[in-house]
Amino acid sequence: MKELKLMKGNEAAAEGAIRAGADGYFGYPITPQSEVMEYLMAEQPEKRTGMVVLQAESELAAINMVYGAASTGKKAMTSSSSPGISLMQEGISYLAGAELPCLILNVVRGGPGLGTIQPSQADYFQSTKGGGHGDYRLIVLAPSSVQEMFDFAFLGFDLAFKYRNPVLMLSDGLIGQMMEKVELREQLPRTTYFDRSWTLTGKPDGQERNIVTSLDLDASRQEVHNQHLQEKYRKCQANEVRYELLNTEDAEYLFVAYGSSARICQKAIQLGREEGIKIGLLRPITLWPYPAKPLAELAPGMKGILSVEQSAGQMVEDVRLSVGCGVHIEHFGRMGGMIPTPEEVLENLKKLLITK
Amino acid sequence: MTEEIIIAGFGGQGVLSMGKILAYSAIMQNQEVSWFPSYGPEMRGGTANVTVILSDERISSPILHFYDTAILLNQQSLDKFENSVKQGGVLLFDSNGLTRHPERKDIRIYRVDAADASAKMESAKVGNMIVLGGFLKIKPIVKLENVYKGLEKSIPKRYGHLLELNKKAIAVGQEIVEKVRG
Repeated sequence: MKELKLMKGNEAAAEGAIRAGADGYFGYPITPQSEVMEYLMAEQPEKRTGMVVLQAESELAAINMVYGAASTGKKAMTSSSSPGISLMQEGISYLAGAELPCLILNVVRGGPGLGTIQPSQADYFQSTKGGGHGDYRLIVLAPSSVQEMFDFAFLGFDLAFKYRNPVLMLSDGLIGQMMEKVELREQLPRTTYFDRSWTLTGKPDGQERNIVTSLDLDASRQEVHNQHLQEKYRKCQANEVRYELLNTEDAEYLFVAYGSSARICQKAIQLGREEGIKIGLLRPITLWPYPAKPLAELAPGMKGILSVEQSAGQMVEDVRLSVGCGVHIEHFGRMGGMIPTPEEVLENLKKLLITK
Repeated sequence: MTEEIIIAGFGGQGVLSMGKILAYSAIMQNQEVSWFPSYGPEMRGGTANVTVILSDERISSPILHFYDTAILLNQQSLDKFENSVKQGGVLLFDSNGLTRHPERKDIRIYRVDAADASAKMESAKVGNMIVLGGFLKIKPIVKLENVYKGLEKSIPKRYGHLLELNKKAIAVGQEIVEKVRG
């Protein structure tokens, strides 16, 4: 018997974390993601699985609590929205440097600065190109439905532990606030990950003590550590690219869009096809590693590509890098919390790619 | 079948919860749903709106420009969304406090005076269920038994005694809804 529930995206991410066997959630409220902690506080997972939920005194405290919990091999999670995620960047860089697994959810709102509370996708650069300092990468997942907000909690923790790396779920106010039907998975046991080769779980006899740190003042050793990180990122690029294709078989024009924009593009495709314009969609599910290869393979068959994002044009840079010259690539987006309608997207495809 | 609906009114009129009960009802009959609210400062007393989509198929965009049905419960909402109803679509409104009634000739217009009716029922809070009853009379897209199940799901147990009142409100809405044009 399927367990179906009507949930908000934020609630689905919280329930997903509980059922994926998370050990701890540390957060600080901010619109439009406050339902994550509200749901957890109401649900009291400490009674269901023993999972700890704590409201920290700030975003800085929250991300450092994640660092502490992750050091002991626990499944730790935090969530916030754009300005709060900016505050966490120091901690995120430290987590990446110390190779600590964790799940971070960003329910993006309009920026820059305090901006607005409405949906936006303008944190793409911050998420995929390193919001903090140093040569590091986050694995970035982009849910485009409430179901994926739930499912990616499982996938996020799996990838985080597989690569010992922070995983960022890059959502937005639309996916976070929207309610849809969710098919829930069964509860996974909350099993602490006891890889004694690196976790701080008490020094076993006959073994050197483990040290979790991102600091090494010896530059030559720090370079070796960096080389190791880069090797890990290359493995991730080889194995973890995820994307979805829609209506691409006979397409003459291609949308590239993720998250809520991908949903809007799906409707624009229907409207376009009613007028005889054959449009398809490539939806990146991992924003890093980016689906560069499948995009490069699709591109030569297209008369034009439109990157649709709720930003001034951030992902379009990766589209251009993936495809190279020879194919007409344009960007369309709204900013500051405005959401484009499907009609608006289709009209801009015509204007930018067809009539020019 | 796909039904694309906008419900808009003052914050506090029960616009979001009406949409939620509609969404619950659709799930009870195995449909896909999406419910996207305006969650901005509007919620705190200004105008509120929610886009609800019910479909037999996977739902694409939860944000729309044109709707099959617009349920508009104040003047600002009527002014904003009257032109967003698809040709041949339905506009359902409550005339309470309106200075201008809907004017389009190419859509079906219905009126449900829920604010007045709920005042007579001595519970202003069930106004939204009167409107929902009116809507389901015009477009019976979800079965009433599923709406009752949706109500049971969304009314907290401690308010269980309000279930009957809400059911009664739906019945009142079905009775008083009237066609204006189309």
